[in-house]
Amino acid sequence: MGTIVTLVVNGLAQGALIFLMASGLSIILGMMGVINFAHGTLFLWGGYMYVWSYYAIRLRVVMAWFEAAVPVTRFGNILTIQGVQLPPGETLPFLAELAIFVAALVIAVGFVFVMGLVFEKLFINRVYGRVPAQILITLGIQVVFTDIVRVIWGPNPFPIDRPPFLNGVSTIGTARIVHYNVFLILVGLVIAVIIHRILTKSRIGMVIRAGLQSPDHVRAIGINIKRYFTIVFAAGAALAGLGGALYMPLVGNVVSTAGMSNQILAFIVVVVGGLGSFMGSFLGSIFLGLMGVGIAMTVPGLSVVANVLIMALVLMFRPNGLFGLAVSRAD
Amino acid sequence: MQPLLKAENIVSYIGPYTILHDVSLEVTRGEAVVILGRNGAGKTTFLKTIMGLVHTRSGVLEFDGETLVDKETHVIQRKGIGYVPEDYGIFDLLTVEENMRIAMWKEDPETKERCDWVLDLFPDLKLAYKRFAKTLSGGQRQMLSVGRALVNNNRILLVDEPSKGLAPVIIETLAGALKEISKTTTVLLVEQNFAMACAVGQRFYIINEGKTVESGTMADLIQNKELQAVHLGI
Repeated sequence: MGTIVTLVVNGLAQGALIFLMASGLSIILGMMGVINFAHGTLFLWGGYMYVWSYYAIRLRVVMAWFEAAVPVTRFGNILTIQGVQLPPGETLPFLAELAIFVAALVIAVGFVFVMGLVFEKLFINRVYGRVPAQILITLGIQVVFTDIVRVIWGPNPFPIDRPPFLNGVSTIGTARIVHYNVFLILVGLVIAVIIHRILTKSRIGMVIRAGLQSPDHVRAIGINIKRYFTIVFAAGAALAGLGGALYMPLVGNVVSTAGMSNQILAFIVVVVGGLGSFMGSFLGSIFLGLMGVGIAMTVPGLSVVANVLIMALVLMFRPNGLFGLAVSRAD
Repeated sequence: MQPLLKAENIVSYIGPYTILHDVSLEVTRGEAVVILGRNGAGKTTFLKTIMGLVHTRSGVLEFDGETLVDKETHVIQRKGIGYVPEDYGIFDLLTVEENMRIAMWKEDPETKERCDWVLDLFPDLKLAYKRFAKTLSGGQRQMLSVGRALVNNNRILLVDEPSKGLAPVIIETLAGALKEISKTTTVLLVEQNFAMACAVGQRFYIINEGKTVESGTMADLIQNKELQAVHLGI
Protein backbone atom coordinates (compact mmCIF):
# COMPACT_ATOMS: atom_id res chain seq x y z
CA MET A 1 0.00 0.00 0.00
CA GLY A 2 2.81 2.37 0.97
CA THR A 3 4.50 1.80 -2.36
CA ILE A 4 1.30 2.56 -4.22
CA VAL A 5 0.79 5.84 -2.33
CA THR A 6 4.40 6.80 -3.03
CA LEU A 7 3.99 5.98 -6.71
CA VAL A 8 0.70 7.88 -6.98
CA VAL A 9 2.23 11.02 -5.44
CA ASN A 10 5.27 10.74 -7.72
CA GLY A 11 3.04 10.13 -10.74
CA LEU A 12 0.80 13.09 -9.95
CA ALA A 13 3.88 15.31 -9.56
CA GLN A 14 5.15 14.17 -12.96
CA GLY A 15 1.67 14.76 -14.36
CA ALA A 16 1.61 18.31 -12.95
CA LEU A 17 4.87 19.11 -14.74
CA ILE A 18 3.68 17.59 -18.01
CA PHE A 19 0.43 19.58 -17.66
CA LEU A 20 2.31 22.88 -17.41
CA MET A 21 3.92 22.15 -20.74
CA ALA A 22 1.00 20.46 -22.48
CA SER A 23 -1.74 22.97 -21.63
CA GLY A 24 0.02 25.82 -23.44
CA LEU A 25 1.00 23.58 -26.34
CA SER A 26 -2.56 22.34 -26.74
CA ILE A 27 -4.13 25.81 -26.85
CA ILE A 28 -1.43 27.14 -29.19
CA LEU A 29 -2.04 24.21 -31.53
CA GLY A 30 -5.83 24.30 -31.20
CA MET A 31 -6.39 28.04 -31.49
CA MET A 32 -3.51 29.21 -33.63
CA GLY A 33 -2.96 26.00 -35.61
CA VAL A 34 0.75 26.25 -34.83
CA ILE A 35 2.75 23.08 -34.38
CA ASN A 36 5.29 24.46 -31.96
CA PHE A 37 8.43 22.35 -31.80
CA ALA A 38 10.12 25.24 -29.99
CA HIS A 39 8.06 24.55 -26.85
CA GLY A 40 10.82 22.31 -25.48
CA THR A 41 13.44 25.01 -25.74
CA LEU A 42 11.17 27.40 -23.81
CA PHE A 43 10.90 24.72 -21.10
CA LEU A 44 14.69 24.42 -21.13
CA TRP A 45 15.26 28.16 -20.88
CA GLY A 46 12.83 28.31 -18.00
CA GLY A 47 14.89 25.68 -16.21
CA TYR A 48 18.27 27.29 -16.82
CA MET A 49 17.05 30.80 -16.08
CA TYR A 50 15.54 29.61 -12.82
CA VAL A 51 18.75 27.86 -11.74
CA TRP A 52 20.91 30.79 -12.75
CA SER A 53 18.68 33.35 -10.99
CA TYR A 54 18.21 31.18 -7.92
CA TYR A 55 21.92 30.70 -7.36
CA ALA A 56 22.79 34.32 -8.21
CA ILE A 57 20.21 35.76 -5.81
CA ARG A 58 20.99 33.24 -3.06
CA LEU A 59 24.73 33.95 -3.33
CA ARG A 60 24.17 37.66 -2.82
CA VAL A 61 21.70 37.21 0.01
CA VAL A 62 23.89 34.72 1.87
CA MET A 63 27.05 36.82 1.39
CA ALA A 64 25.22 39.86 2.73
CA TRP A 65 23.80 37.87 5.65
CA PHE A 66 26.90 35.92 6.76
CA GLU A 67 30.40 37.40 6.55
CA ALA A 68 31.94 33.96 6.86
CA ALA A 69 30.04 32.49 3.89
CA VAL A 70 32.21 31.15 1.05
CA PRO A 71 31.28 31.26 -2.67
CA VAL A 72 31.73 27.96 -4.50
CA THR A 73 31.94 27.86 -8.29
CA ARG A 74 29.53 25.23 -9.56
CA PHE A 75 29.38 25.34 -13.34
CA GLY A 76 28.92 27.59 -16.35
CA ASN A 77 30.65 28.95 -19.42
CA ILE A 78 29.81 32.52 -20.33
CA LEU A 79 27.53 32.84 -17.31
CA THR A 80 28.98 31.16 -14.25
CA ILE A 81 26.71 29.80 -11.58
CA GLN A 82 28.13 30.03 -8.09
CA GLY A 83 26.82 28.23 -5.07
CA VAL A 84 27.60 29.33 -1.58
CA GLN A 85 28.73 27.51 1.52
CA LEU A 86 27.07 28.75 4.69
CA PRO A 87 29.05 28.92 7.93
CA PRO A 88 28.73 25.67 9.91
CA GLY A 89 25.43 25.44 11.78
CA GLU A 90 23.88 28.49 10.07
CA THR A 91 20.81 28.58 7.87
CA LEU A 92 18.87 31.31 6.09
CA PRO A 93 15.47 32.10 7.59
CA PHE A 94 12.53 30.36 5.88
CA LEU A 95 11.08 33.61 4.54
CA ALA A 96 14.40 34.57 2.94
CA GLU A 97 14.68 31.14 1.28
CA LEU A 98 11.06 31.40 0.11
CA ALA A 99 11.63 34.89 -1.29
CA ILE A 100 14.74 33.75 -3.19
CA PHE A 101 12.86 30.79 -4.66
CA VAL A 102 9.84 32.87 -5.70
CA ALA A 103 12.04 35.63 -7.15
CA ALA A 104 13.96 33.10 -9.24
CA LEU A 105 10.72 31.57 -10.51
CA VAL A 106 9.33 35.01 -11.42
CA ILE A 107 12.53 35.93 -13.30
CA ALA A 108 12.55 32.61 -15.17
CA VAL A 109 8.86 32.72 -16.10
CA GLY A 110 9.04 36.42 -17.01
CA PHE A 111 12.08 35.84 -19.19
CA VAL A 112 10.45 32.96 -21.06
CA PHE A 113 7.22 35.00 -21.43
CA VAL A 114 9.26 37.69 -23.20
CA MET A 115 10.97 35.00 -25.30
CA GLY A 116 7.48 33.82 -26.31
CA LEU A 117 6.47 37.36 -27.28
CA VAL A 118 9.61 37.82 -29.36
CA PHE A 119 9.32 34.39 -31.03
CA GLU A 120 5.69 35.06 -31.96
CA LYS A 121 6.37 38.54 -33.31
CA LEU A 122 9.57 37.65 -35.17
CA PHE A 123 8.94 34.14 -36.42
CA ILE A 124 5.60 32.53 -35.71
CA ASN A 125 3.27 35.20 -37.09
CA ARG A 126 4.94 34.87 -40.48
CA VAL A 127 3.94 31.22 -40.81
CA TYR A 128 0.28 31.07 -39.71
CA GLY A 129 -1.57 28.56 -41.85
CA ARG A 130 1.65 27.15 -43.32
CA VAL A 131 2.33 23.93 -41.45
CA PRO A 132 5.55 22.84 -43.21
CA ALA A 133 7.03 26.30 -42.61
CA GLN A 134 5.93 26.15 -38.95
CA ILE A 135 7.65 22.81 -38.43
CA LEU A 136 10.86 24.04 -40.03
CA ILE A 137 10.96 27.38 -38.23
CA THR A 138 10.06 26.03 -34.78
CA LEU A 139 12.51 23.13 -35.12
CA GLY A 140 15.13 25.69 -36.14
CA ILE A 141 14.38 27.77 -33.04
CA GLN A 142 14.58 24.61 -30.92
CA VAL A 143 18.02 23.70 -32.26
CA VAL A 144 19.51 27.20 -32.17
CA PHE A 145 18.22 28.20 -28.75
CA THR A 146 19.12 24.85 -27.20
CA ASP A 147 22.65 25.32 -28.52
CA ILE A 148 22.72 28.85 -27.10
CA VAL A 149 21.98 27.31 -23.68
CA ARG A 150 24.96 24.98 -24.18
CA VAL A 151 27.19 27.87 -25.18
CA ILE A 152 26.19 29.96 -22.17
CA TRP A 153 26.13 27.31 -19.45
CA GLY A 154 28.08 24.43 -21.02
CA PRO A 155 26.85 21.15 -22.49
CA ASN A 156 27.33 18.90 -19.48
CA PRO A 157 24.73 18.06 -16.86
CA PHE A 158 25.38 19.37 -13.37
CA PRO A 159 23.73 18.77 -10.02
CA ILE A 160 21.59 21.39 -8.32
CA ASP A 161 19.86 21.63 -4.95
CA ARG A 162 16.21 22.00 -4.16
CA PRO A 163 15.22 24.94 -1.97
CA PRO A 164 15.91 23.73 1.60
CA PHE A 165 12.29 24.18 2.71
CA LEU A 166 11.09 21.81 -0.03
CA ASN A 167 13.84 19.28 0.39
CA GLY A 168 12.35 16.92 2.93
CA VAL A 169 10.71 13.52 2.90
CA SER A 170 7.87 12.47 5.19
CA THR A 171 7.05 8.91 6.00
CA ILE A 172 3.39 8.02 6.42
CA GLY A 173 3.09 4.36 7.27
CA THR A 174 5.31 2.72 4.70
CA ALA A 175 4.77 5.49 2.14
CA ARG A 176 7.60 7.96 1.52
CA ILE A 177 6.25 11.32 0.46
CA VAL A 178 8.77 13.67 -1.13
CA HIS A 179 7.80 17.22 -0.14
CA TYR A 180 8.83 18.65 -3.50
CA ASN A 181 6.39 16.28 -5.24
CA VAL A 182 3.53 17.49 -3.05
CA PHE A 183 4.54 21.06 -3.88
CA LEU A 184 4.46 20.25 -7.63
CA ILE A 185 0.98 18.75 -7.32
CA LEU A 186 -0.26 21.86 -5.54
CA VAL A 187 1.29 24.15 -8.16
CA GLY A 188 -0.27 22.06 -10.93
CA LEU A 189 -3.69 22.29 -9.29
CA VAL A 190 -3.44 26.04 -8.69
CA ILE A 191 -2.34 26.67 -12.29
CA ALA A 192 -5.15 24.41 -13.58
CA VAL A 193 -7.73 26.36 -11.56
CA ILE A 194 -6.32 29.69 -12.77
CA ILE A 195 -6.36 28.57 -16.43
CA HIS A 196 -9.88 27.21 -16.02
CA ARG A 197 -11.08 30.48 -14.47
CA ILE A 198 -9.46 32.51 -17.24
CA LEU A 199 -10.97 30.31 -19.95
CA THR A 200 -14.48 30.34 -18.48
CA LYS A 201 -14.81 33.73 -16.77
CA SER A 202 -12.82 36.29 -18.72
CA ARG A 203 -13.15 37.98 -22.10
CA ILE A 204 -9.77 36.61 -23.19
CA GLY A 205 -11.06 33.14 -22.28
CA MET A 206 -14.14 33.69 -24.44
CA VAL A 207 -11.96 34.74 -27.35
CA ILE A 208 -9.67 31.72 -26.88
CA ARG A 209 -12.63 29.31 -26.82
CA ALA A 210 -14.14 30.98 -29.87
CA GLY A 211 -10.78 31.03 -31.63
CA LEU A 212 -10.35 27.30 -31.03
CA GLN A 213 -13.38 26.80 -33.26
CA SER A 214 -12.87 29.47 -35.92
CA PRO A 215 -10.33 32.31 -35.91
CA ASP A 216 -11.95 33.75 -39.06
CA HIS A 217 -15.32 34.14 -37.38
CA VAL A 218 -13.63 35.82 -34.43
CA ARG A 219 -12.11 38.36 -36.85
CA ALA A 220 -15.50 38.83 -38.49
CA ILE A 221 -17.02 40.05 -35.21
CA GLY A 222 -14.39 42.79 -34.99
CA ILE A 223 -11.74 41.18 -32.80
CA ASN A 224 -8.06 41.54 -33.60
CA ILE A 225 -7.26 37.89 -33.04
CA LYS A 226 -3.59 38.33 -33.88
CA ARG A 227 -3.19 40.26 -30.64
CA TYR A 228 -4.71 37.31 -28.77
CA PHE A 229 -2.44 34.91 -30.67
CA THR A 230 0.58 36.81 -29.34
CA ILE A 231 -0.75 36.75 -25.77
CA VAL A 232 -1.66 33.06 -25.94
CA PHE A 233 1.71 32.10 -27.40
CA ALA A 234 3.59 34.07 -24.74
CA ALA A 235 1.40 32.66 -21.96
CA GLY A 236 1.96 29.13 -23.28
CA ALA A 237 5.69 29.87 -23.32
CA ALA A 238 5.53 31.13 -19.73
CA LEU A 239 3.78 27.93 -18.62
CA ALA A 240 6.47 25.86 -20.34
CA GLY A 241 9.09 28.04 -18.64
CA LEU A 242 7.47 27.43 -15.26
CA GLY A 243 7.46 23.71 -16.02
CA GLY A 244 11.17 23.83 -16.80
CA ALA A 245 11.93 25.86 -13.69
CA LEU A 246 10.14 23.35 -11.47
CA TYR A 247 11.51 20.33 -13.33
CA MET A 248 15.21 20.96 -12.71
CA PRO A 249 15.01 20.80 -8.88
CA LEU A 250 12.82 17.69 -9.19
CA VAL A 251 15.41 15.69 -11.10
CA GLY A 252 18.23 17.30 -9.10
CA ASN A 253 20.33 18.29 -12.07
CA VAL A 254 20.35 20.58 -15.06
CA VAL A 255 20.63 18.94 -18.43
CA SER A 256 20.37 20.56 -21.84
CA THR A 257 18.45 17.66 -23.41
CA ALA A 258 15.52 18.07 -20.99
CA GLY A 259 13.59 20.29 -23.41
CA MET A 260 13.18 17.79 -26.21
CA SER A 261 12.41 14.79 -23.97
CA ASN A 262 9.67 16.66 -22.10
CA GLN A 263 8.31 18.17 -25.30
CA ILE A 264 7.65 14.68 -26.67
CA LEU A 265 5.59 13.88 -23.57
CA ALA A 266 3.63 17.12 -23.98
CA PHE A 267 2.84 16.32 -27.62
CA ILE A 268 1.64 12.86 -26.59
CA VAL A 269 -0.67 14.48 -24.02
CA VAL A 270 -2.05 16.86 -26.66
CA VAL A 271 -2.83 13.95 -28.97
CA VAL A 272 -4.24 11.74 -26.21
CA GLY A 273 -6.18 14.50 -24.46
CA GLY A 274 -7.48 16.18 -27.60
CA LEU A 275 -6.47 19.28 -29.49
CA GLY A 276 -7.25 22.51 -27.69
CA SER A 277 -8.94 20.74 -24.79
CA PHE A 278 -8.02 22.07 -21.36
CA MET A 279 -9.62 19.08 -19.65
CA GLY A 280 -7.85 16.75 -22.07
CA SER A 281 -4.47 18.27 -21.21
CA PHE A 282 -5.20 18.07 -17.50
CA LEU A 283 -6.42 14.47 -17.39
CA GLY A 284 -4.01 13.32 -20.10
CA SER A 285 -1.06 14.68 -18.13
CA ILE A 286 -2.17 12.96 -14.94
CA PHE A 287 -2.69 9.72 -16.84
CA LEU A 288 0.72 9.89 -18.49
CA GLY A 289 2.41 10.85 -15.22
CA LEU A 290 0.86 7.94 -13.32
CA MET A 291 1.50 5.50 -16.13
CA GLY A 292 5.08 6.71 -16.44
CA VAL A 293 6.00 5.97 -12.82
CA GLY A 294 4.05 2.70 -12.85
CA ILE A 295 5.88 1.42 -15.91
CA ALA A 296 9.21 2.81 -14.72
CA MET A 297 8.85 0.63 -11.63
CA THR A 298 7.59 -2.54 -13.30
CA VAL A 299 9.20 -2.54 -16.76
CA PRO A 300 11.65 0.40 -16.82
CA GLY A 301 12.75 -0.13 -20.42
CA LEU A 302 9.24 0.25 -21.79
CA SER A 303 8.27 3.71 -20.52
CA VAL A 304 8.78 5.53 -23.84
CA VAL A 305 7.29 2.65 -25.86
CA ALA A 306 4.20 2.64 -23.62
CA ASN A 307 3.59 6.36 -24.15
CA VAL A 308 3.87 6.06 -27.91
CA LEU A 309 1.67 2.95 -27.88
CA ILE A 310 -1.05 4.81 -25.96
CA MET A 311 -0.86 7.66 -28.47
CA ALA A 312 -1.14 5.23 -31.40
CA LEU A 313 -4.17 3.52 -29.86
CA VAL A 314 -5.92 6.83 -29.24
CA LEU A 315 -5.21 7.94 -32.80
CA MET A 316 -6.64 4.66 -34.10
CA PHE A 317 -9.86 4.69 -32.11
CA ARG A 318 -10.43 8.36 -31.21
CA PRO A 319 -8.56 10.55 -33.70
CA ASN A 320 -9.83 13.73 -31.97
CA GLY A 321 -8.37 12.58 -28.65
CA LEU A 322 -10.16 11.44 -25.51
CA PHE A 323 -11.48 14.93 -24.77
CA GLY A 324 -11.30 16.50 -28.22
CA LEU A 325 -13.41 19.59 -28.86
CA ALA A 326 -17.07 18.80 -29.18
CA VAL A 327 -17.14 20.99 -32.27
CA SER A 328 -15.31 20.92 -35.56
CA ARG A 329 -13.16 23.80 -36.69
CA ALA A 330 -14.79 25.94 -39.29
CA ASP A 331 -11.54 26.67 -41.09
CA MET B 1 -25.94 61.07 -52.62
CA GLN B 2 -22.78 59.11 -51.84
CA PRO B 3 -23.48 55.38 -51.53
CA LEU B 4 -22.79 53.77 -48.16
CA LEU B 5 -21.26 50.72 -49.84
CA LYS B 6 -19.78 50.85 -53.31
CA ALA B 7 -18.20 48.02 -55.29
CA GLU B 8 -16.87 48.67 -58.77
CA ASN B 9 -15.45 45.98 -61.07
CA ILE B 10 -14.37 43.79 -58.18
CA VAL B 11 -12.08 40.87 -59.00
CA SER B 12 -11.27 38.57 -56.09
CA TYR B 13 -9.59 35.23 -55.63
CA ILE B 14 -9.10 32.30 -53.32
CA GLY B 15 -5.67 30.70 -53.68
CA PRO B 16 -5.00 30.24 -57.39
CA TYR B 17 -8.69 30.60 -58.36
CA THR B 18 -10.36 33.84 -59.44
CA ILE B 19 -13.91 33.68 -58.10
CA LEU B 20 -15.30 37.14 -58.80
CA HIS B 21 -14.55 38.53 -62.26
CA ASP B 22 -16.47 41.79 -62.33
CA VAL B 23 -18.91 42.62 -59.58
CA SER B 24 -20.31 46.11 -59.18
CA LEU B 25 -23.06 47.37 -56.91
CA GLU B 26 -24.08 50.25 -54.71
CA VAL B 27 -26.08 50.37 -51.51
CA THR B 28 -27.32 53.68 -50.17
CA ARG B 29 -28.19 54.43 -46.54
CA GLY B 30 -31.46 52.95 -45.34
CA GLU B 31 -31.85 50.58 -48.27
CA ALA B 32 -32.46 46.85 -48.21
CA VAL B 33 -30.66 45.38 -51.22
CA VAL B 34 -30.76 41.72 -52.21
CA ILE B 35 -28.12 39.82 -54.15
CA LEU B 36 -29.58 36.93 -56.07
CA GLY B 37 -28.07 34.25 -58.24
CA ARG B 38 -27.67 30.54 -58.67
CA ASN B 39 -25.49 28.29 -56.51
CA GLY B 40 -21.80 28.99 -57.03
CA ALA B 41 -22.44 32.35 -58.71
CA GLY B 42 -20.13 34.15 -56.26
CA LYS B 43 -22.67 35.77 -53.89
CA THR B 44 -21.10 34.44 -50.68
CA THR B 45 -17.61 35.18 -51.98
CA PHE B 46 -18.67 38.77 -52.59
CA LEU B 47 -19.75 39.23 -48.97
CA LYS B 48 -16.50 37.59 -47.84
CA THR B 49 -14.61 39.98 -50.10
CA ILE B 50 -16.29 42.94 -48.42
CA MET B 51 -15.27 41.50 -45.03
CA GLY B 52 -11.67 40.98 -46.14
CA LEU B 53 -11.95 37.21 -45.74
CA VAL B 54 -11.31 36.81 -49.48
CA HIS B 55 -8.60 38.85 -51.18
CA THR B 56 -9.41 41.55 -53.74
CA ARG B 57 -7.19 41.58 -56.81
CA SER B 58 -8.58 44.71 -58.41
CA GLY B 59 -11.53 47.08 -58.37
CA VAL B 60 -12.95 49.67 -56.03
CA LEU B 61 -14.53 48.63 -52.73
CA GLU B 62 -15.55 51.51 -50.50
CA PHE B 63 -17.59 51.93 -47.35
CA ASP B 64 -18.75 55.48 -46.66
CA GLY B 65 -16.04 56.78 -48.98
CA GLU B 66 -13.19 54.78 -47.37
CA THR B 67 -11.55 51.90 -49.18
CA LEU B 68 -11.90 48.41 -47.72
CA VAL B 69 -9.31 46.84 -50.00
CA ASP B 70 -6.38 45.26 -48.10
CA LYS B 71 -7.91 46.14 -44.73
CA GLU B 72 -7.95 43.47 -42.03
CA THR B 73 -11.30 41.83 -41.28
CA HIS B 74 -11.61 43.14 -37.71
CA VAL B 75 -10.85 46.68 -38.93
CA ILE B 76 -13.55 46.38 -41.60
CA GLN B 77 -16.08 45.12 -39.04
CA ARG B 78 -15.29 48.00 -36.68
CA LYS B 79 -16.23 50.47 -39.39
CA GLY B 80 -19.80 49.38 -38.67
CA ILE B 81 -20.29 46.37 -40.93
CA GLY B 82 -22.18 43.55 -39.26
CA TYR B 83 -21.78 40.18 -40.93
CA VAL B 84 -24.01 37.14 -40.68
CA PRO B 85 -22.14 34.32 -42.44
CA GLU B 86 -23.74 31.50 -44.36
CA ASP B 87 -22.66 28.93 -41.74
CA TYR B 88 -23.90 31.24 -38.94
CA GLY B 89 -20.41 31.65 -37.40
CA ILE B 90 -21.73 30.64 -33.99
CA PHE B 91 -19.19 29.63 -31.35
CA ASP B 92 -20.37 26.29 -30.02
CA LEU B 93 -18.08 26.33 -26.97
CA LEU B 94 -19.70 29.56 -25.78
CA THR B 95 -23.16 30.07 -24.33
CA VAL B 96 -25.74 32.17 -26.15
CA GLU B 97 -25.00 35.01 -23.73
CA GLU B 98 -21.25 34.72 -24.36
CA ASN B 99 -21.84 34.65 -28.12
CA MET B 100 -23.61 37.99 -27.75
CA ARG B 101 -21.10 39.48 -25.31
CA ILE B 102 -18.01 38.52 -27.30
CA ALA B 103 -19.35 40.50 -30.26
CA MET B 104 -19.98 43.67 -28.26
CA TRP B 105 -17.55 46.48 -28.98
CA LYS B 106 -18.24 47.72 -25.47
CA GLU B 107 -20.61 46.62 -22.75
CA ASP B 108 -22.27 49.98 -22.12
CA PRO B 109 -25.97 50.69 -21.38
CA GLU B 110 -26.66 51.48 -25.04
CA THR B 111 -25.29 48.10 -26.16
CA LYS B 112 -27.19 46.31 -23.40
CA GLU B 113 -30.35 48.05 -24.56
CA ARG B 114 -29.76 46.81 -28.11
CA CYS B 115 -29.11 43.33 -26.73
CA ASP B 116 -32.49 43.44 -24.94
CA TRP B 117 -34.12 44.56 -28.19
CA VAL B 118 -32.54 41.56 -29.98
CA LEU B 119 -33.84 39.22 -27.29
CA ASP B 120 -37.32 40.71 -27.71
CA LEU B 121 -37.01 40.26 -31.48
CA PHE B 122 -35.99 36.60 -31.02
CA PRO B 123 -37.66 35.30 -27.84
CA ASP B 124 -36.14 31.84 -28.48
CA LEU B 125 -32.73 33.31 -27.70
CA LYS B 126 -33.95 34.69 -24.40
CA LEU B 127 -35.10 31.22 -23.37
CA ALA B 128 -31.76 29.69 -24.38
CA TYR B 129 -29.61 32.54 -23.06
CA LYS B 130 -27.53 30.48 -20.62
CA ARG B 131 -27.30 27.39 -22.81
CA PHE B 132 -24.23 26.40 -24.81
CA ALA B 133 -24.68 27.31 -28.48
CA LYS B 134 -23.94 23.76 -29.59
CA THR B 135 -27.36 22.76 -28.18
CA LEU B 136 -29.28 25.20 -30.42
CA SER B 137 -31.39 24.17 -33.41
CA GLY B 138 -30.59 25.45 -36.91
CA GLY B 139 -33.21 28.19 -36.66
CA GLN B 140 -32.00 29.31 -33.24
CA ARG B 141 -28.42 29.42 -34.51
CA GLN B 142 -29.50 31.66 -37.38
CA MET B 143 -31.38 33.92 -34.97
CA LEU B 144 -28.29 34.12 -32.76
CA SER B 145 -26.11 34.92 -35.75
CA VAL B 146 -28.40 37.75 -36.87
CA GLY B 147 -28.93 38.95 -33.30
CA ARG B 148 -25.21 38.99 -32.59
CA ALA B 149 -24.62 41.24 -35.58
CA LEU B 150 -27.16 43.69 -34.16
CA VAL B 151 -25.67 44.22 -30.70
CA ASN B 152 -23.35 46.91 -32.04
CA ASN B 153 -24.42 50.12 -33.68
CA ASN B 154 -23.59 48.78 -37.15
CA ARG B 155 -24.28 50.95 -40.17
CA ILE B 156 -24.91 48.04 -42.51
CA LEU B 157 -25.79 44.41 -42.04
CA LEU B 158 -24.49 41.80 -44.51
CA VAL B 159 -26.63 38.68 -44.28
CA ASP B 160 -25.69 35.54 -46.19
CA GLU B 161 -28.53 33.15 -47.07
CA PRO B 162 -30.35 33.22 -43.75
CA SER B 163 -33.08 30.88 -45.01
CA LYS B 164 -30.72 28.10 -46.03
CA GLY B 165 -31.70 24.74 -44.56
CA LEU B 166 -34.43 26.16 -42.33
CA ALA B 167 -38.06 25.11 -41.97
CA PRO B 168 -40.65 27.39 -43.68
CA VAL B 169 -42.05 28.59 -40.36
CA ILE B 170 -38.59 29.68 -39.19
CA ILE B 171 -37.94 31.38 -42.53
CA GLU B 172 -41.15 33.35 -42.05
CA THR B 173 -40.03 34.47 -38.59
CA LEU B 174 -36.60 35.48 -39.90
CA ALA B 175 -38.07 37.34 -42.86
CA GLY B 176 -40.28 39.31 -40.46
CA ALA B 177 -37.29 40.07 -38.24
CA LEU B 178 -35.11 41.17 -41.17
CA LYS B 179 -37.89 43.42 -42.44
CA GLU B 180 -38.12 44.96 -38.99
CA ILE B 181 -34.33 45.37 -38.87
CA SER B 182 -34.25 46.97 -42.32
CA LYS B 183 -36.42 49.81 -41.00
CA THR B 184 -33.49 51.06 -38.92
CA THR B 185 -30.39 49.50 -40.52
CA THR B 186 -29.12 49.28 -44.08
CA VAL B 187 -29.23 45.64 -45.19
CA LEU B 188 -27.38 43.77 -47.93
CA LEU B 189 -28.92 40.33 -48.17
CA VAL B 190 -27.72 37.35 -50.16
CA GLU B 191 -30.66 35.05 -50.70
CA GLN B 192 -31.82 32.20 -52.91
CA ASN B 193 -35.28 32.02 -51.39
CA PHE B 194 -37.20 34.33 -53.69
CA ALA B 195 -40.11 34.84 -51.30
CA MET B 196 -37.76 35.99 -48.56
CA ALA B 197 -35.86 38.22 -50.97
CA CYS B 198 -39.14 39.83 -52.03
CA ALA B 199 -40.24 40.28 -48.42
CA VAL B 200 -37.06 42.11 -47.40
CA GLY B 201 -35.49 43.72 -50.47
CA GLN B 202 -36.24 47.03 -52.21
CA ARG B 203 -33.62 46.62 -54.95
CA PHE B 204 -31.74 43.62 -56.33
CA TYR B 205 -28.56 42.65 -58.10
CA ILE B 206 -28.09 39.31 -59.86
CA ILE B 207 -24.62 37.78 -59.90
CA ASN B 208 -23.81 35.05 -62.38
CA GLU B 209 -20.42 33.35 -62.81
CA GLY B 210 -18.71 36.03 -60.73
CA LYS B 211 -20.21 38.99 -62.62
CA THR B 212 -23.05 41.39 -61.91
CA VAL B 213 -25.47 40.75 -64.76
CA GLU B 214 -28.72 42.47 -63.76
CA SER B 215 -30.00 45.03 -61.31
CA GLY B 216 -33.20 46.92 -60.61
CA THR B 217 -36.06 47.25 -58.18
CA MET B 218 -37.63 44.19 -56.57
CA ALA B 219 -40.99 45.32 -57.93
CA ASP B 220 -39.62 45.08 -61.49
CA LEU B 221 -38.06 41.68 -60.84
CA ILE B 222 -41.32 40.31 -59.47
CA GLN B 223 -42.99 41.28 -62.77
CA ASN B 224 -40.17 39.99 -64.98
CA LYS B 225 -40.77 36.24 -65.25
CA GLU B 226 -38.20 35.85 -68.02
CA LEU B 227 -35.40 37.28 -65.88
CA GLN B 228 -36.44 35.03 -63.03
CA ALA B 229 -36.38 31.99 -65.32
CA VAL B 230 -33.02 32.79 -66.91
CA HIS B 231 -31.02 33.71 -63.81
CA LEU B 232 -32.89 32.28 -60.88
CA GLY B 233 -34.40 29.12 -62.33
CA ILE B 234 -37.85 30.01 -61.04
